[in-house]
Parts: sequence; C-alpha cells; structure tokens
Amino acid sequence: MYRYDEFDHQLVAERVAQFRRQVKRRMAGELTEDQFKPLRLKNGVYLQLHAYMLRVNVPYGTLASRQLRKFAHIARTYDRGFGHFTTRQNIQYNWIKLEQAPEILEELASVEVTSIQSSGNCVRNITSDQYAGVARDELADPRVYCELLRQYSVLHPEFSYLPRKFKIAVTGSPNDRAAVAVHDIGIRMHRNEQGEIGFEVLVGGGLGRTPHIAHTIREWVEPEHLLAYVESILRIYNIYGRRDNIHKARIKIIVNQMGIDRYRELVEKDFDASKNLRPVVPQEEIDRIAACFAPPAYETLGDIEDELARLSAAEPAFGRWLKHNVAAHKQPGYAIVNVSLKAPGAVPGDITAERMDALANLADQHSFGEIRVNHRQNLVLPYVTQKDLYALWSALQTLELATPNMHLLSDVISCPGLDYCALANARSIPVARDIGLRFVDADKLAAVGPITINVSGCMNACGHHHVGNIGILGVDKRGKEYFQLTLGGSSDQNASLGDRLGPGLAQDDVPDAIQAIVDCYLDLRDEGERFLETYRRVGIEPFKEAVYGPGHAKAVA
Amino acid sequence: VTALIKNGELIEDEFIDASGAEVLPPRGPVLVGLEQWQAHREALLERGDRLGIKLRSDQQPEAIENDVDHFELIALEFPKFRDGRAYSYARILRERYGYSKELRAVGDVLLEQLHFMIRCGFDAFVISDPDPLGAYRAATADYSVWYQPTGDGRPTAMQLRRRRAGEGSP
Repeated sequence: MYRYDEFDHQLVAERVAQFRRQVKRRMAGELTEDQFKPLRLKNGVYLQLHAYMLRVNVPYGTLASRQLRKFAHIARTYDRGFGHFTTRQNIQYNWIKLEQAPEILEELASVEVTSIQSSGNCVRNITSDQYAGVARDELADPRVYCELLRQYSVLHPEFSYLPRKFKIAVTGSPNDRAAVAVHDIGIRMHRNEQGEIGFEVLVGGGLGRTPHIAHTIREWVEPEHLLAYVESILRIYNIYGRRDNIHKARIKIIVNQMGIDRYRELVEKDFDASKNLRPVVPQEEIDRIAACFAPPAYETLGDIEDELARLSAAEPAFGRWLKHNVAAHKQPGYAIVNVSLKAPGAVPGDITAERMDALANLADQHSFGEIRVNHRQNLVLPYVTQKDLYALWSALQTLELATPNMHLLSDVISCPGLDYCALANARSIPVARDIGLRFVDADKLAAVGPITINVSGCMNACGHHHVGNIGILGVDKRGKEYFQLTLGGSSDQNASLGDRLGPGLAQDDVPDAIQAIVDCYLDLRDEGERFLETYRRVGIEPFKEAVYGPGHAKAVA
Repeated sequence: VTALIKNGELIEDEFIDASGAEVLPPRGPVLVGLEQWQAHREALLERGDRLGIKLRSDQQPEAIENDVDHFELIALEFPKFRDGRAYSYARILRERYGYSKELRAVGDVLLEQLHFMIRCGFDAFVISDPDPLGAYRAATADYSVWYQPTGDGRPTAMQLRRRRAGEGSP
C-alpha cells in the first residue's frame, strides 16, 4: 500500500489545522453558512436531514487493517457504532457533531486517511478496480496511477472551484469493475505491441438526472503525460463548464452540448500549448510509488482445486460461498475473497464497529493486513491462501459476513435515501431490505445467476439505478413514495443505461415486480444466458407484460 | 476595510478604475475593460500612461493574447467566489503568455482562496477585512506543501522528494 512520507503527512496536518480554524470561525460567526458550506464540503462534512454526515475517502478502494480499526473507533466514539460504505469507495458516518469533526479528521490523519475533497465542486476520491494488483485478467496495475492522480488532485490550485463535482475512475483490466464509463473522466489502461502501458481516456460519463455514457477523447496517452492530459480536460471544463444552472454544470452536459469532437479540439489545443510547460512525471516518482504496491511476500503454493471441491461437496454452504464470493487470483495458491455486506435484511454497505474490528483481525491473519472496498458496497480480502479459505469462511459466517450472494439478486446497491439524505424523495433502504429478505434461498439465487439491482432514493442517482440490470428509482408523487423500474443498465466495459419499464409502483409491490421480472427471464433465457444478455436479446416488452399485465402488480403512478 | 495587497504588502491603488466609464480620466494610470480596449486601443496606447485591463469571468485571456506586453496590470474578476474560471485564466496568462506584471484578483475574493490564487499566478488582491494585512498573512500561511507544479515556481512535494533523494546519494 501507499505510505505517506513527511510531505504527505505535513500537507494533511496543515489541512486539519486549517479546518479546525474554519470551524472555529464559523462557530464564532465570522463565516456565514454560505461561505462556510464549500469549506466544510471539501472536508467531507455534509448537513443531512438529522445531523452532519462525514464522508471519508478510501483512495482507489485500498485499506489497511489499522485504517479499518480506526474507522471502527470513530464509529464507536463519534457516531452510533456503525459506518456505511458507498458506491464511491468512501465510508460515511451519519451522526457527526460539527465541533468534533476536526478531531475526527486528526484521528484519521494518524492512519493516513482523509476526507479531503470527498465532497464539493472539485476532483473527488479517485476510484478503481477493487481487484487491482491481484486480478488474473489485469493488464496493468492501476494503483500507481491512481495514487499519482490522488496527489495531483488534492488541493489543486486551479481546480478547487470547478462548476460541479468531478469523478475519476481507472481500470487496469479489460473487464471493467470500476464503472469508468459513467465517470467524468474514465481511464482504461492498455498495453501496446511493445508491452508499454498507455491510457485510453474517456470523458463526459455520469448518472444523475441526465445520465450519459462517456466518450473516448483520446485512445492513447503515455504515462508521463497522463497528468498533463487530465489537466487539459479539467481546464477546458473549468473554463467552458456551465455555471448558470447547477443541474447543467457537470462535464457531461458541456461535452454533449458542444459535441465530443469540439471538446477534444479544445483539450488537444490546450494540451499542445501547455505540455512543454508542464513537467512530466519523472520515472523515479513512478518507481517510488510502484514500490509501495509491490506484491506481498507470497508463499510459493499451488492451486488446490481438488481439496476445495472435496470440502465443497462435504459442506454445500462452503461450496456456494466459494462459487459466488471467491474470485480467481493471479498468484497460484491464492484467492480473492469478497465479504458481503448484504446479509438478508441488512442495510447495503452498513457495517458495525465490532465487525470492522473483527474483519481487520481476519485481514491480519489471512490477507497481509489489507482490505479493499468495492463500488458495490462490499468489502474484499485480496490476498487469501486457498488453504485458509475454509477457516476464513467459518469466521466470516460467525460474523454474518459470508452471505454467498455476490452479483446475485440480493447483492443490492442502495443509496442512504430519505432515512438520512436531505435530497431524497423516497426511502431506498427499506426497498433494498425487502428485496434482500424476499430472495434468501441460496439455491434459487444461484439458479437465477448474476443480476445487479441498484436503488436510488431520488434522481440524483447515488444508487446508480441507471446502470443496474434492474434499476429502482424512488420518486415522490403528491406526497407518496413510488418506485420506477428500469431494465438493461450496466456499468461494465459494455456500459448501457436502463430503459424505463413503466409507471411507478408502491413500495410493497416492488418485490413482486422483481419476482415477475426474474420469472419472465427464467422462461425466456437461452442456455447459459445471463439476465442482461436475455434482456438485450428480447427487449423490454415481455417484462412489461410480466409486471403490468393482467393479474400482476398494479401500476399506481 | 478594503485594501489592496501586492506581494504581501499593503499598497496604494494608483490605477483609476475606468472600466465601464464613458470618459477616460485625462491622465494617470487607468484600468479599462476589454470592450474599451478593443474599441479604443490606439487612443489608449497614445495616452502614454500606464494601462491596466480588467477581464470578467466570461472573457477569456485569449482576447489579449498578443497584447499582454501593453499592460502593467491585469485584473481578473471573481463575480462569486464559487466561479473558478479566473484560476485557469491566471495560469494561462502567466505560464503560456508569459505575462509578468501585476495580476490582481478582484471581486468576491475569500481569504480561504488566496493560497490557490497565489499558486495560479496572482500577486495582488483586493481584500475586505478589519485587518486586511493580518488576515492575508494568516490565510497564506495555511500550507507549506503542494503537489501540483504551477508557474509560480514553488517546489512541489515531488520535487522536494527528488531533491532529498539527491542529497542522500554521494
């Protein structure tokens, strides 16, 4: 993992001291709320429905056990004993006192974690593939470049007052687990015929009220020019991005208004004019950071498929977990373990302080002290030996963190919704829980196969409903909450936006509607076909009929 | 108190702000708007006095790319503190066009923003505060470490690391 040096520590310490002064000035009335708001937002402090919320960054989803223990400590000491992992590799605390925020930030700084720019109109937490550095299908490790981008974006003097928030995601694998096509800048790493690394850069993706899939702005950027190229994209956005209407201020709007060709022309012109002025990233710095991401001290082991098959046959529950929650590792004899935060009835992404501590211990015992956070609100232990899998599974079972449902129906993504959020129109968490409680039979879940469900409590789309295979959007109609369904969304390398199924449904009717959609899919699917593939083949009509046809859930809004 | 601070010192504003005025003052350093400059370029140059230009946040510096040598002062306006366009304009003027005279931030300039502005190339600020100089000094002392290379020449964390690594070797 990346470790701070004296300069990183110094900057974060100065940031905390500055925020402490700002909070003091606000408390003394020297700053108005209007002036203070962007300052607290850029330190991750939101004002929600009932209390202040603090959003903390887990840069590119990489977390050390000591950091997770600190998260647990903060949950216990300053919050109500739990934290919430989000779709952007952040953890949120929902019950923070403003006057304690500087103290929390100081605690976090002691383990090299910050909330800098986790909110506000600036470059947010850099996100990436939770399997970075361990995935078998990886072309190149994105973490080095994520860290370069992290440092580059922290307190950027030119880009701290952008028209709107700005999200960057990087994938080093052709199988995109980082949803780069729905980010303001998405970066795909490639290798050319000489084996050299280059970056395909996409711009203008995003969800919210006007969802867009990103366009490729340049097929190949050399590593030493990556920051300079990103700077040109940001500069053109800073100059041309709309500032007249908050709902039209994201880069996706200006890219689509002027067209990707015009946007590219402006970026290339700035890049050509400026690139000789911008220092290239020296190889020594890339090497210094890369050294932090050297592989851990792997044991020399072989894969033990036969042994695992034997254990699975003896204990089907272990077999199911192995099949759904464990992914292939690039190192022989090792495995990647997904830790489900979606037990039946759980709030997606929520985890108690006790479980955080327990998981930190398991990471120390079985995963070189490292944990990953994915954008689907689950956690990952990235370096587990296959011979430890059974013991780890038993321990996770005890903690209720071993629900074998990764990418299955009950692995629902949900925003916090109207239970917490001041922007929400509807309660998304109860819908997610209803689905989790309806679809509990492990064999049935496995029979249905991979399917993503995403729930957002309003059109701001924090639950990424547009890119769920089944998307659920909470709306408010005349003071009542309804839920609109979309089908066919995806955030992977073949990203697509979902199509609206029909009128909104009452909360109680949502699980029945999901059941009807699933039954329809099971009827129509070809051998081995996933839900999304079937949907793309047959279109929306059969599903409309299944949900709204005679004798089915009634449409009410 | 509203005061002009340049390079960390209180100074008198010698420029008469005639941007938007119908008639220019007969003599003395004058600050004009882009429209005035474009309409009365020759007359302004013949005046023989120091000349400043003020750009609104919707006026890109490209409009004066070939003229920057004529100006002793360029003022960039922040209509609202949230409008960050002038940060980019400042860097373009300094780093790309090589403008080296006074670059002044005017309008809604918050103390919290001064360090960003300095790094982008601003050297003069109009500040409203009971103790403008004290407030300026406090606000610009917040940070000593920077990650981003800009034209202000301050060493970045990356450069400091390399320097230190260099010291370590024989």
